[in-house]
Amino acid sequence: MKNQHIINSVLHIADTTLILGQRNAAWCAHGPILEQDIAITNITLDLIGQARNFYQYAASLINEADNKNETEDTLAFLRNERDFKNFLICELPNGDWAQTILRQFFFSTFQQLMYQKMMHSSDNQLAAIAAKSIKETNYHVKWSSEWVIRLGDGTDESNQRMKNAIEYLWSYTGEFFIAADYESIDVAGLKHEWLEKVKLVFEEATLSIPENTFMQTGGKTGVHTEHLGFILPEMQSLQRNFPGVEW
Amino acid sequence: MSVIDLEKAFQDKIDKEIKIEPKDWMPEAYRKTNLRQISQHAHSEIVGMLPEGNWISRAPSLKRKAILIAKVQDEAGHGLYLYSAAETLGTSRDQMVEDLNSGKAKYSSIFNYPTLTWADMGAVGWLVDGAAILNQVMLCRTSYGPYARAMVRICKEESFHQRQGFESLLVLSKGSQAQRDMCQDAINRWWWPSLMMFGPKDSESTNSDQSIKWKIKRKTNDELRQQFVDMIVEQVKLLGMTLPDPNLKWNEARKHYDFGEINWEEFWNVVKGNGPCNKQRLAARNKAHDEGAWVRAAALAYAEKRKNRLKTKAA
Repeated sequence: MKNQHIINSVLHIADTTLILGQRNAAWCAHGPILEQDIAITNITLDLIGQARNFYQYAASLINEADNKNETEDTLAFLRNERDFKNFLICELPNGDWAQTILRQFFFSTFQQLMYQKMMHSSDNQLAAIAAKSIKETNYHVKWSSEWVIRLGDGTDESNQRMKNAIEYLWSYTGEFFIAADYESIDVAGLKHEWLEKVKLVFEEATLSIPENTFMQTGGKTGVHTEHLGFILPEMQSLQRNFPGVEW
Repeated sequence: MSVIDLEKAFQDKIDKEIKIEPKDWMPEAYRKTNLRQISQHAHSEIVGMLPEGNWISRAPSLKRKAILIAKVQDEAGHGLYLYSAAETLGTSRDQMVEDLNSGKAKYSSIFNYPTLTWADMGAVGWLVDGAAILNQVMLCRTSYGPYARAMVRICKEESFHQRQGFESLLVLSKGSQAQRDMCQDAINRWWWPSLMMFGPKDSESTNSDQSIKWKIKRKTNDELRQQFVDMIVEQVKLLGMTLPDPNLKWNEARKHYDFGEINWEEFWNVVKGNGPCNKQRLAARNKAHDEGAWVRAAALAYAEKRKNRLKTKAA
């Protein structure tokens, strides 16, 4: 049981980084500025790299416990909607650039705090992945904070688009801090610091935090939005159509 | 110095293999030819992101997904170096992008073909990047300094792209029957368009002689095309696949492979905008540009505000 908890918590992070990477990847070749096309694609590559590390670790744990033959690819491409444990916010459509960078900011700020804890995990493998990943995440936080400020304090239109994005995304941030029964990191304990960091950036961006918003949950336990059911069939199509071959 | 003397001094430099730099005197036609060629090359990198970007969401493994994303991102980087090189000739990137989006500027016609299956990612890397590399290796020694230096960086990454394309096809060629069929089908579809990438025959090419004299190009279209055919004929054997040309055979007298006639009618049709994806590619570029307008405006407005605030602080 303890092992199943660890496996689920690793899959939760793997799924989260993969699905956000999959969403962000849609900007590649379609970004608003060539330099920023490259920047968000870098973040996408980091997220997919992190996903691979977590999936590989999850596969080794599963194979050890159950004598199975899982790999990073069977876990990413052959599991179904209800098995995926990613945060709901990752699977939401990209929307405009405001929505994409605000999601990145909310998520990366959380991820940075989470990796800071995970770096001290008694599980050496998790501690090592966190130590490697946090260097990337620090940059994601910096890049996305700068964009939140730039758009919040840019033109009237960009400010309004940021407000719309906040309105849309805020209710998906509560899930970060509600621990699933399989999680060992005290995520609830990260909420205060996350909120302080968000406030600081919002203040410079001339934006404010919504009050008393209902929070959506379900991603961690596989109860998703309707969007995931479209992401997975597309992402998994080749593995599903041509089972058991090498690529 | 009279223009005639300037032109002579210019040609002397070229003959002595001294690079021409942005501030040097150059004939107007040399500037224009380089600007057209470099900006066209930059546009090709940017439009070239679209057919490959098309498969990122469906890449069949996490490793292939990461490789494909990195490759498409490299192309964006190549576009950046090349736009910078072209800007040294006096036209802004904004102007060049506008010319691309309005359909005034050209880009490589190969990107007007669709990527229909996963095997196309391998075929594009192997054949399309393979053809591009032959041209680019030559351009590392082109006479215009900024272009030559940009090409040196680009060639390093492109040869990696070609290798990964070939390696990805190699995996398919050793896979299931369905994968082998997919591989052969992609080669069949990309072979002729790849040969067209070298441009019209030397006898039909209008810019060739002057470009060779100015060492903008060092090999003719037909020479490069022949080099490509000779190289690919050997490589396709390693895949156990075939090239879709019944006339392909070794010519002992020429020490080269003979090959069949390119469908020039198709070539000119795609150049004129009637390829399978011309409209979609331009529409995608325009959409990204138009939808990004408010982002660019916000970034500028913010930079301006920040500058003013710093000024006020300093005062």
